[in-house]
Amino acid sequence: MAYSEKVLDHYKNPRNVGSFDPNDENVGTGLVGAPECGDVMKLQLKINDDGIIEDAKFKTFGCGSAIASSSYATELVKGKTIDEAFAIQNKKIVEELSLPPVKIHCSVLAEGAIKAAVEDWKRRKEAKARENSVPGKQ
Amino acid sequence: MVKTPIYMDNHATTPVDPRVLEAMLPYFTDVFGNAASRNHVFGHEAEAAVEEMRGTIGAAIGADPKNVIFTSGATESDNMAIKGVAEFYKERGNHIITQVTEHKAVLDTCKELERRGYEVTYLPVDRHGLIDLDDLRKAIKPETILISVMMANNEIGTIQPVKEIGALAKEKGVLFHSDATQAVGKLPVHVDELGIDLLSMSAHKIYGPKGVGALYVRGRNPRVRLAPLFHGGGHERGMRSGTLNVTGIVGFGKALQIAVDEMESESARVKKLRDKLETTLRDRLDEVFVNGHPTLRLAGNLNMSFAYVEGESLLMGLREIALSSGSACTSATLEPSYVLKAIGVSDDLAHTSLRFGLGRFNTEEEVDYAADRVVEEVNRLREMSPLYEMAKSGVDLKTMAWKRD
Ligand SMILES: Cc1ncc(COP(=O)(O)O)c(C=O)c1O
Ligand code: FES
Repeated sequence: MAYSEKVLDHYKNPRNVGSFDPNDENVGTGLVGAPECGDVMKLQLKINDDGIIEDAKFKTFGCGSAIASSSYATELVKGKTIDEAFAIQNKKIVEELSLPPVKIHCSVLAEGAIKAAVEDWKRRKEAKARENSVPGKQ
Repeated sequence: MVKTPIYMDNHATTPVDPRVLEAMLPYFTDVFGNAASRNHVFGHEAEAAVEEMRGTIGAAIGADPKNVIFTSGATESDNMAIKGVAEFYKERGNHIITQVTEHKAVLDTCKELERRGYEVTYLPVDRHGLIDLDDLRKAIKPETILISVMMANNEIGTIQPVKEIGALAKEKGVLFHSDATQAVGKLPVHVDELGIDLLSMSAHKIYGPKGVGALYVRGRNPRVRLAPLFHGGGHERGMRSGTLNVTGIVGFGKALQIAVDEMESESARVKKLRDKLETTLRDRLDEVFVNGHPTLRLAGNLNMSFAYVEGESLLMGLREIALSSGSACTSATLEPSYVLKAIGVSDDLAHTSLRFGLGRFNTEEEVDYAADRVVEEVNRLREMSPLYEMAKSGVDLKTMAWKRD
């Protein structure tokens, strides 16, 4: 497999590797893929009250293209609103990293991870809001 | 400093030994005749070289040289043995027994025969990659015409109980073919002692050239008959038509001669390197697993799973070391290795496996370098692995509900 320069660069110098506390109320966590399929991505977004993504981190088990896709995804989402991030399509990742057809699913996974993280954040915000609106609760 | 890139994929192929190349060179330019040209000295010289090599190869496997048929390699030898027997003995029966970790050259040939109406039994293997002789005994029936079991596996190096299989085949009157591509020149092979009726070999796995190999076809007790794959000039006693690859045959003979002469010292040296690599990796990394048999394994083989690190990404970090992986991401089919699956390695671990194939030209410095680099990359990628993080924090990865796409 010949890798593009950009895939190699992300693989060698991955951006934003790490984890946030998943219980932090400003953090949304997306975990997609499965170990038996050979790829699992965890993408975490730190989102402020205005719905702006302030920071992002990832950890990925997968091929070099999967690592590069998630690394690039963290760069891509930073500073975006959750709606903008939710609208990101895998094509953008494919183009940036020049992924060959057999590696397109790695970018699909990264798109899924972004969406899952945003949804997780929304779900938790809504749960929190419901909790706060329960009568009698401080 | 070691010189990179380092070649550690000697199960895939090997470089031509300089001594082999030297033996081959005159046959490109000076002794270039067609070994079938009976009426001039060019042909005679070529024929003499071929017959000398047939003698060398026969001697190396304990066979009568005239029963060595030259082919283009083990894929052809496997096809010729299995299809040839199936076709020739179809009146006697239509059942073939093989096993699940065979090379594709055997498995796909058997699949083709199934399409042609033959019945094939694929014996399972245990977690070390060995077939069970009782399974084999039970699988044999009156219609069985051939058993095909490899001598040593190309991914995990497991060495099958060939001698016992040969004895059983003889007892039952069934022909026995063994794909010995990974074994000849590395293990002692004697077709009579092992009860082998057909044996596939290939030169490029033993420091000879690519594109040449042989099939041994027993001539007596019993005399094995084959329907040929190739028809034409009637070369190789009509079993394999086509002008002989004289240069390749000379290289093959020379390579096998060297391998047999140096087998003892070379396998001891290679095994020592393999054991050092294995011990170092085990000592310096947690959660690594050796795939294959602890002792019945080719000296140069080390197939290891590095939990939580996907194999292709690991290879990418080890680009200056030529290795192969059982990961799906490196295969055209996106399926993890069927051999690892067959020995019960779960898919998640199969994705994390690397195959090291050490050989004649590897040095201790190279092994030390490779071990250091593997440890470094595995640690780096584990830092990046959500699975490692989850496992370390006590999450049971097997019972997690994964979002599969
Ligand atoms: C066990 C086994 N059988 C058959 C083959 C095919 O050999 P060849 O490349 O000579 O066709 C190989 C090599 O890939 C092998 O390892
Ligand atoms: S993770 Fe398997 S191809 Fe990318």
